[in-house]
Amino acid sequence: MKYQPVIGLEVHVQLLTDTKIFCGCSTTFGAEPNSQTCPVCLGLPGALPVLNKKVVEFAIKAGLATNCSITPRSIFARKNYFYPDLPKGYQISQFEEPICQHGWLDIQLEGEALKRIGITRIHMEEDAGKLVHGELSGGNDGSGVDLNRACTPLLEVVSEPDLRSSDEAVTYLKQLHQIVTWLGICDGNMEEGSFRCDANVSVMPVGAEKYGTRAEIKNVNSFKFVKQAIEYEIQRQIDLIEDGGTVVQETRLYDPNSGKTRSMRSKEEAHDYRYFPDPDLVPLVIGPEWVERSRRELPELPEQRQQRFIVELGLPPYDAEVLTASRGLADYFEAGVAAHGNAKAVGNWIMGEITRGLNDNGLVIEACPVTPVQLAELLKLIDLGTISGKIAKTVFDEMWRSGKSPELIVAEQGLVQVSDTGAIEAIIDEIMAANAGQVAEYRGGKEKVFGFFVGQVMKASKGKANPAVVNDLLLSKLRG
Amino acid sequence: MNIFDMTIHELHGALKARTLSSVEATTALLTRITAVEPQIGSFITVTAEVALAAAAAADRRIAAGECDLLTGIPLAIKDIFLTEGIRTTCGSRILDSFIPPYSATSWEKLRERGAVLLGKLNQDEFAMGSSNESSAFGPTRNPWDVTRIPGGSSGGSAAAVAARQAIATLGTDTGGSIRQPASHCGCVGLKPTYGRVSRYGVIAYASSLDQVGPLTRDVTDCAAMMGAVAGYDAKDSTSVDTPVPDYCATLKDGVRGLKIGLPKEYFIAGLDAEVQKTMDEAIETYRRLGAEFVDVSLPHTEYAVATYYLIAAAEASSNLARYDGVRFGHRAAAADGLLDMYTKSRSEGFGSEVKRRIMIGTYALSSGYYDAYYVKAQKVRTLIMNDFISAFADVDLMLTPVAATPAFKIGEKADDPLLMYLSDLFTIPVNLAGTCALSLPAGFSATGLPIGMQLIGKPFGEATILRAGYAFEQATEWHQRKAEI
Repeated sequence: MKYQPVIGLEVHVQLLTDTKIFCGCSTTFGAEPNSQTCPVCLGLPGALPVLNKKVVEFAIKAGLATNCSITPRSIFARKNYFYPDLPKGYQISQFEEPICQHGWLDIQLEGEALKRIGITRIHMEEDAGKLVHGELSGGNDGSGVDLNRACTPLLEVVSEPDLRSSDEAVTYLKQLHQIVTWLGICDGNMEEGSFRCDANVSVMPVGAEKYGTRAEIKNVNSFKFVKQAIEYEIQRQIDLIEDGGTVVQETRLYDPNSGKTRSMRSKEEAHDYRYFPDPDLVPLVIGPEWVERSRRELPELPEQRQQRFIVELGLPPYDAEVLTASRGLADYFEAGVAAHGNAKAVGNWIMGEITRGLNDNGLVIEACPVTPVQLAELLKLIDLGTISGKIAKTVFDEMWRSGKSPELIVAEQGLVQVSDTGAIEAIIDEIMAANAGQVAEYRGGKEKVFGFFVGQVMKASKGKANPAVVNDLLLSKLRG
Repeated sequence: MNIFDMTIHELHGALKARTLSSVEATTALLTRITAVEPQIGSFITVTAEVALAAAAAADRRIAAGECDLLTGIPLAIKDIFLTEGIRTTCGSRILDSFIPPYSATSWEKLRERGAVLLGKLNQDEFAMGSSNESSAFGPTRNPWDVTRIPGGSSGGSAAAVAARQAIATLGTDTGGSIRQPASHCGCVGLKPTYGRVSRYGVIAYASSLDQVGPLTRDVTDCAAMMGAVAGYDAKDSTSVDTPVPDYCATLKDGVRGLKIGLPKEYFIAGLDAEVQKTMDEAIETYRRLGAEFVDVSLPHTEYAVATYYLIAAAEASSNLARYDGVRFGHRAAAADGLLDMYTKSRSEGFGSEVKRRIMIGTYALSSGYYDAYYVKAQKVRTLIMNDFISAFADVDLMLTPVAATPAFKIGEKADDPLLMYLSDLFTIPVNLAGTCALSLPAGFSATGLPIGMQLIGKPFGEATILRAGYAFEQATEWHQRKAEI
C-alpha cells in the first residue's frame, strides 16, 4: 500500500453518577422533558456551578487505569458557542490543565507485537441538552429543547494520533470501553450515546514524516461503524489524492445507512470557541494523598486479572481473556471458583452453557438466573457421580428456567445416576439377549458395534446409567 | 423626625419599643417613593403589595417577641438580584418580563431575618456603566441635584438612600458600582472582599470581580447590613468559608495607632481641587483621632482601567451569551431561522453599552488575540494584586478619593465611553485586587454636591475599615446632611 493512515480518537464517556456535574439534578435517562432541571442546568441568570466530587473521583480512576498522571491543579474553562441545546451559551469543560494527562494503553492485534497508544489527555465536561423536532408535548408542531441531559458529566479521552489502521482503532476503543465499564464509571451503552467516538483520520505516503491534513469524523456510535467510517474515510482521502485533489481540514458526518462520510463544516466555518478559565469555579487541587487513595481503591484491572487467572488458576490464556471480557464475567467466574475449586471446569461451563444462555436471552452476566454458587453445586453433583455430565445439561436448563437448586431438580425428576452394577447388568443382559446378531458381530471382531450397545443401555436407563460403569460391564460381558 | 429619614438602628429601636409598626414604616416609605420617584427614578419595580404583606408578617414576629435588627425594616435592592416571583430586569430590555423562579442568597438572608422589600432599584444595564444612564428604564437622577447623575451602576441603590426612599439598599460593585454612586449621593457604601458575600442569584456581569454590598445612611447601618449578607454559600464555589466577624461589635474601637496609607498614584494632578481639599481635611481629622499616615505606592495603578475593561468585558461576553431568546427573556417577534432569531433578539434586547462590551470581550478572547489581550490583562491583574500586598505590609488601611470629581451632569460623558470609563479610576484597582473598600461622606463641594472618601482594607479586613469609617463619622457631621427633596 502506498499510503499510511494516521488515526486519533476522541471518546466521550458519560459517567454513571447519580447527579449532574454542576448541580444536584438526577441523571436518570428517559424522564419527562425538562423534568430533571434546576436554575443551574437551565442556565438561568445568577445561577452558579458547583462541582460534583464524584465526577472528579471517576476521572481520577479513569486516568490511573490508563496510566495518566493526575494534574495537581486543574482548571475548568468555558467553551463558548451558541446553540439552543446549550443553555448558558458556553459549555463548561477543561482546556489548559485537564485533570489527566500523558497516559497510554497497550493494544495487541492477533499475530502482532504489543503496541503502545498514547493518551494525550482526559478532561471533565458537561453534556448539552437535546433538541426535539416534530410534535411536542403541548401538542404543537415545532422544535423543542429538552435540558434533562444538560450538565450530565462526561469525560473526553483524547488519544495521540498513534493508530495506523481501522483494526487498531477498534481494538483501542474496545479496550477503553472495557476499562471504563470495568471501573463502573460508565454503562458503556453506545446506542444510547453513553460511550461515543469521533475519529481524526488522515493519510500520508508510506515513509513520510509529516502527517496529512485530517478530517474529523463525527457520529460513529458502534464498533462496527467506527471500522466502516475510518475505512471509508481512508479510501476517500486516498482516492482524492490519487485524482490530484487535496484533503481539506473539515468536520465530516458519518452516515451509517450509506456507510459514507459527508462534509459537515469546513475549517473556515469552524467555531472560535474563545476558551478561557471559568471564573465561577476555583482551580481543582488534587493532592498526592487523594491520588494515592484512588489508586488503592482501584479495582484489579482486566490485564492484571487475566494474568492472575493464568498464573494462579492455571487457565489457558484464551480462557483467561474470554473470562475477563467484563468485570461482571470475571467476578462471576471467581465466585464460581471460590465455591467449587476447579477453575477449568467452572470456566468451561461459563464459556459454554452460561454464555449460550445469556446470548440466547439477550442478557448480561449480572442478570444471569443461575448464580455462581448454584453452578458450583451442579458441578459438585457431577464430581460426586450423582449425575452425568449429560444429565447436568438438562439440570442446568431447568435451573435457568425455574431458578431451583440442582439438588432439588435432580431429586424431583429422579435424575440420580444409576451406578448399581446389578441394575445395569440386568439391562445389559436384556439388550444382549434382544440383539444376538450384534453380539456375534462384536465377538467376530467388529468392535465398532460397542457404541451401539452403549447407546442402547443409556437409552434404556433414560440416560441415568453411569457411563463409566456401563463401559466396564459391557466390555466384560461382550468379551464373554 | 420623618420615618423615612430614620436609620436602621433608629427604626429598629422604634419597632422594638412598639412605638411604630413595620406596616406604618413601610407605608411611610411607599408614600415617600410615590412622592419623589417622578424626580429621581430610583426604582424599576415598586413592590407595594409584597412589602405591606411582609411588613404585616414582621409586625406579627415582633409581637411574638422576635425583633431582630432587620425585622420589619423596609429595604430596596438593585434589580440585579433575583427575587422569586418578582420581575428582575437587570436594567435591560432583554429581561423586561423575566420573573425568576428563585431568589439570590443575599436577599434571601435579609428576607429570612424579616426585612421588607419595597422594590427593585434602577441600575446601568447589566451593571455596565458609571452613571445609570445606560438603564433601559430611563436614567436615575441625583437627589442632590437632579440635573446630575447619581453614579453607577448601583445608581438607584444610592439615590434611593439619599432621597430617603428606602432605609438601606443592596447594590453590587464590579469596578466601583457601589462606592462611586455612594460618593456622588452622600451615603455609605461597602464593597466587600471577593468571596465574602455569595454571588448566587446575582445576575453576573464580570464573575471574577462582582461583589454584593450594602448602601446605607451611616456606618453603623452598613456594619449591620454587612453582617447580615456576609458568609459562605455552598451554592457559590467562589465564596470563602471563613467566619464572619461581628462588625458592629468593633465599630467603637477607634483609630488610635492605626497606620493609614496614602497611595501617591491616587493623588494626581487631575484631581478636582475640592476633592483634594476634602481628602486633606479627612487626613487631618484622622490625625487628630490618633491615626498615623504613611506614603505608599501602588505602581501599576495606571494600567488598572485598561486591565479591567479587558477582563470584565471578556467575562461579560460569555456571561451574557445565555440571553439568546430561547428559554427566557426577550425574543424577537419575527425571525427567519435560528441565527436570525439570535441576532434580532440580542440586537433588540441589549443597549449600546452592553453591545460595546460584548464586542470588546469577544475580541479579547478570540483566537489569535487571546494572549495579547486576555492573558496579558490577567498578568497585569496579578501585578496590581501584588501592589496591594506590598502596600498592606506597611499599613492597616489606605485612604483615597472615590472619584476624581463630584457627580457630573446627565449626558456630559454619555457620548464619550473612554471619559466615562476613567471615572472609575480609583475604584477599579480594588476589584482587580479582590479586596474590600468603604465609601463614606467626607465633605461637600461649594455647589452642595457630596464628596466621598474611600477606605481600602486588607482582604477580609471589613471590620477595620468599618471601624475607621465609624470613627470619622463620629468626628464629623457630613453623613447627617440630607438632600433637599
